[in-house]
Amino acid sequence: MLTKRIIPCLDVDKGRVVKGTSFVNLRDAGDPVELASMYDREGADELVFLDITASSDDRDTIIDVVERVSAQVFIPLTVGGGIRSEDDVRRMLDAGADKVSLNSAAVADPSLIARASDHFGSQCIVVAIDAKRVDDSTPVEFQNDRAVALDPSSQWEVFTHGGRRHTGIDALKWARKVAELGAGEILLTSMDADGHQQGYDLELTKAVSEAVNIPVIASGGAGTLEHLYEAVEGGKADAVLAASIFHYGQYRIQDAKDYLAGRNVPVR
Amino acid sequence: MGINLRRLTNMAERPTIAVIDYRAGNLRSVLRALEKVGQTPVLIDTPEELKQAHAIVFPGQGASPAAMRVLEAKGLVEPLREAILEGRPFLGICLGLQLLMDKSEEGDTKCLGVLPGTTRRLPEGLKVPHMGWNQAHFTQAHPIFEGIPQDSNFYFVHSYYADPADPSMVSAVTDYGVSFCSAVARGNMMAMQFHPEKSGDLGLQIYANFARLASEAMVESPWK
Repeated sequence: MLTKRIIPCLDVDKGRVVKGTSFVNLRDAGDPVELASMYDREGADELVFLDITASSDDRDTIIDVVERVSAQVFIPLTVGGGIRSEDDVRRMLDAGADKVSLNSAAVADPSLIARASDHFGSQCIVVAIDAKRVDDSTPVEFQNDRAVALDPSSQWEVFTHGGRRHTGIDALKWARKVAELGAGEILLTSMDADGHQQGYDLELTKAVSEAVNIPVIASGGAGTLEHLYEAVEGGKADAVLAASIFHYGQYRIQDAKDYLAGRNVPVR
Repeated sequence: MGINLRRLTNMAERPTIAVIDYRAGNLRSVLRALEKVGQTPVLIDTPEELKQAHAIVFPGQGASPAAMRVLEAKGLVEPLREAILEGRPFLGICLGLQLLMDKSEEGDTKCLGVLPGTTRRLPEGLKVPHMGWNQAHFTQAHPIFEGIPQDSNFYFVHSYYADPADPSMVSAVTDYGVSFCSAVARGNMMAMQFHPEKSGDLGLQIYANFARLASEAMVESPWK
C-alpha cells in the first residue's frame, strides 16, 4: 500500500539552513548536509529545500547546497524558490535535485509548466500553490484568463511572490489547470493557516486534492501530530509538509510516523 | 561456482560499471549511489563503450517513446539487447524495467523485447503518477535483494508498469490499485520499477549487491 509521506521543509539562505537552530547534538545546526542527513536517518520520506535567498547574486549557493546534499542523502529532494525558466530547472536537476517546485514563474507564464514537464518529465515538476481565503481585501478587477479567474463562487485565491501579491486566480481552477499542463504534484500552502500551528486548512486541502488526479502535499499550519493526521484523513492529502514542529525539536519524524501508524495511516 | 580467488584478490581492477546516458533525469542520482557504494561508474552512450563494459546500469525516468528514440539514434538497441541476453550483469531502473518488454502502451512503443510482455498504464481511479514509498513483496529470492527484508518500502514514481507474459519472471509485486510487477530478477538480468537510488540505505544495499554480482561475473565470464 502506498504510504503517506512526511516531508520536512528547510529554508535556505545564502547556502545555510535558517530554521532548525534548536537541535541538539549537531555540530552546526545551519549546515544543510548535516540537517538533511539527520532527517534522513530519522525517517523523513522526502526533503524540500526552499531557497529564500533575497539577492540574486547569492542564487548559485543553492546549487552548491543541492550538490552536497544529494551526494550524501539518498531520498527524494525537491528544490523551490526563484525558479524562473527551463534553464533554472535544468541546473537544479543537474545539481542533483529530483524535483523542482515552480510558483510565481508558473503563474506569470503557465506554459512553463508544460514546457518543463514535456522536457524533464512530469515526475520532477511540482507546482507550489499559495492560497488564501477570498475576503473583503480581494480586489475585484483582474485581467485573467477566464478559465482560471476568480468568480463569485471562488473560495480561495492564488497569491505569488511569497504571499505578497494577489493574482485574481481561483485556487481550485489553477490546481486543475496545472495538473492539465503536466505538473506531477501540487505543493499546497494555506496562507491563512501557515505559521499559526492551529492545523492545516482541511477544507482547502480536500477541495484541491479532490479536484486533481495528481498527488497533493498539504502545507501550512501543522502544530501537533493530530494535525498531520487530519490533513491526510479529512484533507485527503497524499503527503504532509511541516517545518516548525520538526525544526524546533517539538516532535521527531519518528514520533509522527508512530502516531500516524497508531491511527491506521500507512507510513514507511 | 568455481570462483577464481586469485583473480578476485587482484580485483583492485573493479568491474567497469557502465551507466547508459540517454538523458534520463536521474542519471546523477544513480552515479552518486554507485559512488557511495565504492564504485567508479562510467557514463556511456556508444555501442563500442557498451561492448567493453563489465556491467550495465540502465537508469530510467521519462517517457518510453523518447527513450527508445534516443537508444535507436545512438545504435544501442541491438547491442543492449544482446548484452542482456548473453548474461552481462544488467540493472534496469524504472523505465529500465519497462523497456525490457516487447512493447509499451505509452505511445504504443516497440521496446527492447528481452522479455515477452507489455508495459501498461496504471489503472484509472487512483492518482497517477504512483508517487511515494510503497512495499516490494518478494515472490522469489535473488542475490540482488540479499539483506533486504520482505515488504521493505522503496520509492516509486511512475505511471506505467511492466507486465511480463510469464508470471514466473516476476520477483516482486507491489500494490497500487493493481498488484503489479515491481521487480524482475533472473540470472544477471535485474530490473526494478522503484528507484533504489532514492530509497535510502536499503536502496544503496541493492547497488552494493549489484556491484558484488558484477565483480563475480567479471571473474567467471568471457567478457573481461
